[in-house]
Amino acid sequence: MPKWAMVIDLDKCTGCGDCMASCKIENNIAIVSPEEASEGRVMFWMDMITVYEGDYPNIRIKRYPKPCFHCDNPPCVKVCPVHATYKNKEGLVGQIYDRCIGCRYCMAGCPFTSKVFNWYEPVWPEEFRNCFNPDVSLRNVGVVEKCSFCAHRLIRVRENADIEDREIRDGEYFPACAESCPTNAIFFGDIENKESKVYKLSQSSRAYRIKENLGVEPKVIYLSERK
Amino acid sequence: MSKEIKQNFGPDEVLYRPIYETGKGFYITVSILIAIYFWSLYMYFTQVRSGLGVTGMNQPVTWGFYIVNFVFFIGISHAGTLISAILRLSKAEWRRPITRMAEVITAIVLAIGGLHPILDLGRPDRMLNLVSAGRLQSPLLWDVTSITAYFTASTVYLYLPMIPDIAKLRDRGGKLTWFYTFLAWGWQGTEKQKKILNKVINILMIMVIPIAISVHTVISYIFSMTLQPGWHSTIFGPYFVAGAIFSGIAALLIVMIAFRRAYHFENYLKEIHFKYLSTLLLIMSLLWFYFTFSEYLTGIFGSEPHEMHIILYKFTGPFAIFFWGMVVCNFIIPVILLGISRFRTIKGILVASISVVVGMWLERLIIVVPTLANPTMPLPAGIYFPSLVEWALFIGGIAVFILGFVLFSKFFPLISIWEIEEGRKEGIKEVEERIHSYLPNT
Repeated sequence: MPKWAMVIDLDKCTGCGDCMASCKIENNIAIVSPEEASEGRVMFWMDMITVYEGDYPNIRIKRYPKPCFHCDNPPCVKVCPVHATYKNKEGLVGQIYDRCIGCRYCMAGCPFTSKVFNWYEPVWPEEFRNCFNPDVSLRNVGVVEKCSFCAHRLIRVRENADIEDREIRDGEYFPACAESCPTNAIFFGDIENKESKVYKLSQSSRAYRIKENLGVEPKVIYLSERK
Repeated sequence: MSKEIKQNFGPDEVLYRPIYETGKGFYITVSILIAIYFWSLYMYFTQVRSGLGVTGMNQPVTWGFYIVNFVFFIGISHAGTLISAILRLSKAEWRRPITRMAEVITAIVLAIGGLHPILDLGRPDRMLNLVSAGRLQSPLLWDVTSITAYFTASTVYLYLPMIPDIAKLRDRGGKLTWFYTFLAWGWQGTEKQKKILNKVINILMIMVIPIAISVHTVISYIFSMTLQPGWHSTIFGPYFVAGAIFSGIAALLIVMIAFRRAYHFENYLKEIHFKYLSTLLLIMSLLWFYFTFSEYLTGIFGSEPHEMHIILYKFTGPFAIFFWGMVVCNFIIPVILLGISRFRTIKGILVASISVVVGMWLERLIIVVPTLANPTMPLPAGIYFPSLVEWALFIGGIAVFILGFVLFSKFFPLISIWEIEEGRKEGIKEVEERIHSYLPNT
């Protein structure tokens, strides 16, 4: 059974934010009004974290993309009262929008603040309404959503592999952010497979995970010379 | 009608009076409360119609007033049944005029508090998923379970000791006889009936104590089971229970003082009752301080950066006014007013109790919001301003509590009449015998 994981090479990342944009379009994520966004209701499945280190004029800016970390020991799954968020056998942490009661306990429990909530009925500009991704269901008001590692793409890849009666090849399944990254900083694959690119990168001396001490075992690994 | 009755009945007539005599004040109070109730109901409908966006909640402050008030109201509910059970169990004779009011608080506040998580749901229409797809591993389900158990136990525990009083109302005739006949359950006051009733009350009061403790422990688990700094603490269970009993006693004192004045119960709720209960309040205040001190000292001494960040947010940051306000309300004011006998008058006790209720509400706010507002990821701190809808539902909750109490007092005696009678007839002798049994044989 594969275990899907992501490696983000921060030494390659320019912080351009293309991953955020492609994620929003790929996953039909609602676009809230600027007023709502300034109240902290912006919807990103892939977020961009900006850290300023040091004092003026010696400021160093660190930016890194932050999707859902798909923890192997996910705190959000533990607290959900209705099994609306779950971890499947391949390690993907999913969200069942039609079952979620909107208690937002998973959001309170997530150490990485990776989940977002539909505070109002989701809205999109007219242009977006004409080009929804048919593979991703639209969400209703009052439910929690988050990055799915583009699980809908896995379904398609798996179908193709099944038709050809083979295993999924390394690099065949990748989410929209990895596809759109202009510097190829995002890698995706099966971390259990010792031959995979993701496994090899995860063994690099530059590799680290965020908040390893919590023991939630995130499946997003960052590569960076400066930690 | 009332004049005749007054002559016919015994020394406890004043306890019946609120049921049979209704003044102008009652109608005014009830209309105002019902107006507030409908206003908050309307506000809730706007929330159901447009979504939780009408509240002040956001990312990362995903919980706000609803959860704060949930913890607060459930805390108040610990006044009742728990105090009444402990007093009954310890054979405190002074409990007799207090237990009924305490139990009513529990039943009403628990119903209000128990509804708060539903107000907080993004999809209240899917509430029954908790039953059909409920995960017992989730602390939220523990809550559902233990609050339901506590509500059931405490309403039964309120109703059963009321049966002899309902029978008295039935026998008086006049108002709603069919209603009282139904609720009196054929009570005739025979020896056998009394024996059964006492036995059931004894079983219930022992059962209700662990249930009550479990309720607030489990509510604290909602927070402490997560990995968030400021929440992930082993002290939370007992800390919440102590706080709940603390705020519960304060609420009970306020209710006692209010109804003593409104219904002229001065002869029943004497200063001695307030002295005893306020001693308990003082002890709980010291206990609360002990828990708070331990909780924060542990955090400060270890100085884990995220933990420290939240502690400083409370001590010197935007929540400093609430934090120090809480310390003043929960510790300094009650200790001064209750610790110095000169201030320990009914008025002083009332001020101390109101201060404790406010302080405990602040404590709930301080527990829920700062941890959420300061995500451990390097994200900007969240800002939370409750919206009008949230205020409306808070005020509505308080209005429903007062309304419930006032309406209850129009149908049932607020002070247990038969227990007072029992105290007169049997209590005195029993206590004398009991004291003799404590002393060495001569």
